[in-house]
Amino acid sequence: MLSNKTYKNANEALHGILFNGMTILSGGFGICGIAENLTEEIKNSKVNNLTVVSNNCGIDGFGLGTLLQTHQIKKMISSYVGENKLFEEQYLNGELELEFSPQGTLAERCRAGGAGIPAFYTKTGVGTIIAEGKETKFIDGIEYLLEKAIKGDLAIIKAWKADESGNLIFRKAARNFNPPMAKAGKICIVEVEELVKAGELDPDHIHLPGIYVDRIFQGKYIEKKIEFITLREE
Amino acid sequence: MAWTREDICKVAALELKDGYYCNLGIGMPTKVANYIPDNVNVTLQSENGMLAMGPFPTKNEVDADIINAGKQTITELPETSYFDSSESFAMIRGGHIDLSILGALQVSEKGDLANWMVPGKMVKGMGGAMDLVAGVKKVLILMEHTTKDGHPKLLKECTLPLTGKAVVNKIITELGVFEISTDGIKISQIAPDVTLDEIKSKTSGRIKD
Repeated sequence: MLSNKTYKNANEALHGILFNGMTILSGGFGICGIAENLTEEIKNSKVNNLTVVSNNCGIDGFGLGTLLQTHQIKKMISSYVGENKLFEEQYLNGELELEFSPQGTLAERCRAGGAGIPAFYTKTGVGTIIAEGKETKFIDGIEYLLEKAIKGDLAIIKAWKADESGNLIFRKAARNFNPPMAKAGKICIVEVEELVKAGELDPDHIHLPGIYVDRIFQGKYIEKKIEFITLREE
Repeated sequence: MAWTREDICKVAALELKDGYYCNLGIGMPTKVANYIPDNVNVTLQSENGMLAMGPFPTKNEVDADIINAGKQTITELPETSYFDSSESFAMIRGGHIDLSILGALQVSEKGDLANWMVPGKMVKGMGGAMDLVAGVKKVLILMEHTTKDGHPKLLKECTLPLTGKAVVNKIITELGVFEISTDGIKISQIAPDVTLDEIKSKTSGRIKD
């Protein structure tokens, strides 16, 4: 008998989960593969003082950018926050805290958080301001710095397909940060384009096993937004 | 005549060897892909989780789920694969990528690179640049030889926050091709009609004789 992980919508899926001051891990790269239904509902909930771990912070007026408009975010942990004027404004006036983490280090910190590894050594950032205050060590003559894992109270994830047990399949480059974030969340909520019955997905094609997923719902997607449409000449 | 940006991309394309896995940074490095010789087979990695990137799409081919690391729409190829960000950087950090081509604000004679931050101005973030320079086998920089107001960018020491220490192998500017060696900057090619004196006057790092 499968436990019931399926919910009707973002509002139901988030019921009893949100609290002020919590840490939310968000999948996505730019606005590709972001949990837009969950983000919208987090905005509506007015929960605040959030620490958000996400490679980027959406764009002005879309994705995590909407949580900046409502001043719900206290701190961001990201690798790149360009393309977002409101972010710049709130950061420069001291309202928003920011911790930069190199992109690969950020992905690995979350993967490690979900895999029970508290910290790891990496070459990335050695000799830069990222290394300030961090333990360093020479291993076989090469200098590494120690990066701590990240865990969150909640991971908000976007997948292409899920079955009722939470097995996930992502679509193309929309996978990006979704699996590592999903693994590092105490609770992981996933919005999908298509929710199917167990048995309808090929077990060999699952990208993320259902053990990492707590709640699932089919999201509403009117139009997938694109940050920069770039065309070649026909 | 010094090289144009297009010339720089063409010279850079010669660095791509058959069978290479390459990661091209945003801006001029992305354009190098347009000049890869036909007989050279190169696989482009995009750090957001794609191996074997195709060209930009036609209007009908646009797919919101297929973007490159610059968040531009892109197409897939028959040999394309997708993976998550931690896997993507395992490839990068693990030394499986042969060449990374990036832009720079400053490069030092020891191969230190600064390309992510200008203190006091808005800081956008390093994205994947620190991971790339720390992990890939070879780092090639494409940049203008001097800043807009004429200050050298090839320096004895970088003054801006570093992206990586002793990570750059080669630099291509409008004036020529430069290699980082143990005893300074080695000139390996000079652009047409550019003189050694001009290079020396626009470089503050030590040039190897």
